[in-house]
Formats: sequence, C-alpha cells, structure tokens
Amino acid sequence: MDILTHFNYWAAIALATIGLYAVVARHNMVKKLIGLSLFQTAVFLLFVTVGKVADGTAPILDPDYNLYSNPLPHVLILTAIVVSVSTLAVGLALTITIKRDYGTVEEDDIHAADAKDHGEGSNTA
Amino acid sequence: MSAGSLPILQVALPLIAAPLCVLLRRSGLAWAFATLVSWGLLAISILLLMHVMNEGGISYRLGGWAPPFGIEYRLDAVNCFVLLVICAIGAIVTPYMRQSVAREIAAPRHNLFYAVYLLALTGLLGITATGDAFNIYVFMEISSLASYVLIALGRSRRARTAAFQYLIMGTIGATFLLIGIGLLYMMTGTLNLADLSLRIREVPDIRPIYAAFAFITIGVLIKLALFPLHIWLPNAYTHAPSAVSAFLAASATKVGAYVLLRFVFTLFGVEFSFGQMPLMEILMPLSLIAILVGSGVAIFQNDLKRLFAYSSIGQIGYLALGISFASTSGLTGAIVHIFNHAMIKGGIFLALGCLMFRASSMELSALHGLGRRMPFTMAALILGGLGLIGVPLTSGFVSKWYLVRAAIEADLWPVAVLILIGSLLALIYVGRFIEAAFFRMPPTDAPAIREAPLQMLIPTWILIAASVYFGIHTDITVSVSQRAAEMLLGAQ
Repeated sequence: MDILTHFNYWAAIALATIGLYAVVARHNMVKKLIGLSLFQTAVFLLFVTVGKVADGTAPILDPDYNLYSNPLPHVLILTAIVVSVSTLAVGLALTITIKRDYGTVEEDDIHAADAKDHGEGSNTA
Repeated sequence: MSAGSLPILQVALPLIAAPLCVLLRRSGLAWAFATLVSWGLLAISILLLMHVMNEGGISYRLGGWAPPFGIEYRLDAVNCFVLLVICAIGAIVTPYMRQSVAREIAAPRHNLFYAVYLLALTGLLGITATGDAFNIYVFMEISSLASYVLIALGRSRRARTAAFQYLIMGTIGATFLLIGIGLLYMMTGTLNLADLSLRIREVPDIRPIYAAFAFITIGVLIKLALFPLHIWLPNAYTHAPSAVSAFLAASATKVGAYVLLRFVFTLFGVEFSFGQMPLMEILMPLSLIAILVGSGVAIFQNDLKRLFAYSSIGQIGYLALGISFASTSGLTGAIVHIFNHAMIKGGIFLALGCLMFRASSMELSALHGLGRRMPFTMAALILGGLGLIGVPLTSGFVSKWYLVRAAIEADLWPVAVLILIGSLLALIYVGRFIEAAFFRMPPTDAPAIREAPLQMLIPTWILIAASVYFGIHTDITVSVSQRAAEMLLGAQ
C-alpha cells in the first residue's frame, strides 16, 4: 500500500479523523458543526474516489473514448451533499435558538446554566 | 385489489402531504389532513401485510427500472410487520396531537409542526420499505432531521440542547452508515440489498467488508440507542413535546432495530455476522448492561418522562438481546417486542401527555393523589407499567417468554436470570409511581385537576388495550414474528 497511489484514501481518512476529533473535543457548538461538516465531506471524498477508473474520462458518450469513470458515486454524493447541507442548516438554526435562550453557544456554560436551574428547582422558561 | 403500487404509496403519500400541510395554514385543518393521511397509511399497510402473508413478497420498481440497477422497494413479512407498527402508531397518535399540540406549541407554528411530523413519518416508512442501501441512508436522514426539529419544539429551553446533542450523535451515526455502504459499494458495485447479499460472498478481499460491517453496526446502534450509545435518548424524550415523545419512543428506535435486523441477517448473513464477526459476543453483554443500567437508573428518576426514557433504554436492551441469540426463538422475541414495546411505550407516553395536559408537571410529586382524580390516565399508566415488567396476560410477558426460552435453548442460564432481574427492576420503578399516584395524599392547596379530554384518553387507551389484547391473543403477533424470524434466518 503505497501512500502516493492511495493518496485520496489517506486524505479522506485524515480529514474524517480531524472532523470527528473536532466534534468530540470542541465545546463550542459552531465548531462542533464545522467538525461534523468536515467529517461528512471526507466521506464524500471517499465515495468520489471509489468512482474513479484509472485513465477513465468523464462519462459522456464519445467515439474517441471507451473508458469512463463510474458516475454513480457522484450522483449518490450529490444527494448526500444535500443531506449534509440540510443537517448543517438545522444545526445552525438550533444554535441560534440556543444562543437566544441561553445567551451562549459554549456547552460548558449551558451545562452550568442547566445545573443552576435544576439546583433552584425551578422549571426553565 | 392489486398490491402492485401500494409500497410506493406508503412513502409518497406522507411526502406529498407534508408541503400541503404547510399550505393549509389553519391549525385544525392541518391536523385533520394529517389524521386523514395517517389513517390512509394504516389502511395501506394492512392491505400490504395481508397480501404478503397470503401471496408472498412484493417487489416494486421505482420508475420502472429493473433491479439491481433501479431502486427497488421490497416487502416481505419482516418489513410489512414493521410498516404496520409504525402506521398504527401514526394513526393513533395523530388524532391525539390536536389538543396536546395546541397546549404545548405556539399557535402560528401548528401547520409547520404537522408538516415536519409527516416528514418524520415519511422517513421511517421509507427506511422500512426500501430495498436499497443508499436509500436507507437518505430516509434515515429525512426522519432524523425531522425528529431534531420536533424535539426542539419542546417548551423548555433544554429541548433545544437535547435536539442539538441528538443532531450531533445522529449525524455521526448516519455518516458511519454511509461509510459502510460506500465500502460495500466499492467491493461489490451494487446497492440493492438482495443483490448485495449475493455478491458479498464472492468478494475476494474480505477485509473492507469487515470494516463495512463494523461501521454499519455502530451507525445503526447509535440510532437504536443501545448502551453505551444511548446518551442522546433520555434528554430527547424528556424535553420533546408529549405527543412527539410518544411517537418517537414508539417508532424511531423500532425502525433502528429493523435496520439492524436487515443488515445483519439479510445482507451480511448469519454465518458472516455471528461466525466470522463476533456480533453475539459484542451485542449480548451490551444489551444485558442496557437492561440492567437502563432499568436501574430509571428507579432513581423523579421526572416521569425521564424515568420512562431510561426504561426505554432497558427495553431496547431486550430487543438487541433477542437479536444477539440469532435463533428462531430469540428473533421471534425481538420482533414481537418491536410490536409490543411500541404499543406499551406509546401508550405510556400518551398517558404522560394527558398528565402534562392537566397537571402541567412531570415531577413524580405532582402525581400525589391523582389516582382518584384522573383514574383513567393513571389506570393506563399502571397497565402499561405492568406490560414493561412483563406480567402474564400483558404483551410484555410474551416477548420476555420468548427471550427466556431463547436463553435456555442456547444454554445461557445466567442470561435468563438477568432478564428476570431486569423485570424486578422494572417492578420497582413502576411501583414508585403507583405509590405516588394512589397512596400519597395530595397537598391541601393542590389545584383541582380533572380527567384528561376524551380526544386524548381514547388514543391512549387504544394502545394500552392493544398491549393487553395482544398479551392474551398472542397467535396473530407471534405467528407473523415467527414467520419473519424464520425468513431472516433462512435468508442466509
């Protein structure tokens, strides 16, 4: 397994790891969402790489070429990108409402605020 | 009647109805329309199950493209049964929503609420009906995105953080599933589940398939909320609006269990999942821990919704335990538990919604003396609780009977003992709220509380009555589950 011949795979793995690490390690909700997006995009890269055929060209019928790349992963990823954008949109919308309700997007501060509410025994607004 | 195009209607009907719901601006109209759609879906799912039980599976080609190139909706005993469960829950919960939603969600958003709810239903039905791996991912994201929004509509601001937490975990789970599907596609060049299950055996280099199996299993377990991947569930169920908790508790995790069954048995096959991969060794301890920890933590909760959310984690443990046996009795137990737990937990969360409607509190102390004032709601809670314990003549008993039988067949006596200990733990937490409702006097300054409105009580009681009915008349559910179990095991 040479790193250079499998460059895209290594890149996808590296990006996915960085993204997942950001989701776990960061406590800021916006940074978490950035990590999540990076993680998803890395998987898209993996899919698109799978579709590449060595020396293949874009799958447009032409008498000059007879070797084409597989277009199906691209189509799948087009759908997955839409899903990813929607997820990001819902995530950011939630972040905005959380900012409005709590006045912060740092998870530590939110936990502290929740603990304070709970300690006083009052129902949150 | 021809069943030819019924499978697509299960998905297309709620999908088209959702934007129409947005256009029907008035709350009552949107609700009436959603109810109509949910009843139509139930009728279709009953027709489908009858057709499949009498004449065998249905294959629907989307856009007329022949499988494995086109997308195929493939219905057999397993997913028709799950479709029926989801549609039944939808048809019962939707009429209930009107008053519950009117009380808990701000008025201008009602039509949007019903639209998102129908989208969640679309996603769950789509996951179940489709025979295409990538389609499962897309529908899973549709249902999940809709669920995040539904949960975020809860009154407390913690509903928003719960939804965010679920969004992060749910998206990681779905992306793991996507990685797994990508690896499978890379090795086999197909996405059709039936086609995959054949070609997967001809793959020369098996290592990517191992990786795919691991990614898919973990991804689905997050959706299923099996211990230790359950942390999103208690907050989500606790802070979501009552009707949403009932709908999600009864349907979303059940679909997760179905996806696990489909991938493990139909796609990878028993020999691969349990022979070459250590699924039993992983799933069984985790589900036993889930049963004990879920039920154990439930005992110490003072918020009723949180109590039953932890109880759900324990019940998901029973589901996963049944799957981990990989035997006919175990799978029958798991599949019948999909149905039974959907009825019991749906009924309990609906009863909690009735309580929320009148008492506006979910604290255990708010129950004091309510046994006399809301006798029907409390009776529903108790019958549901008895089902969770697995008392004979409730449907919970049927599931546990098959699980214990599977454990004994597999010569795993300690597992059978642990199942019974789980029931004892359930007895304690059910006992706690019975005590609060019937044996504690209400505080003298307690506000006068009446029984919940009929429009909410009737759906609650339909589910609770179903859970008792199917505990006594077990032949229908058990025969369908058994046939589904045999089919899953025979499909190897």
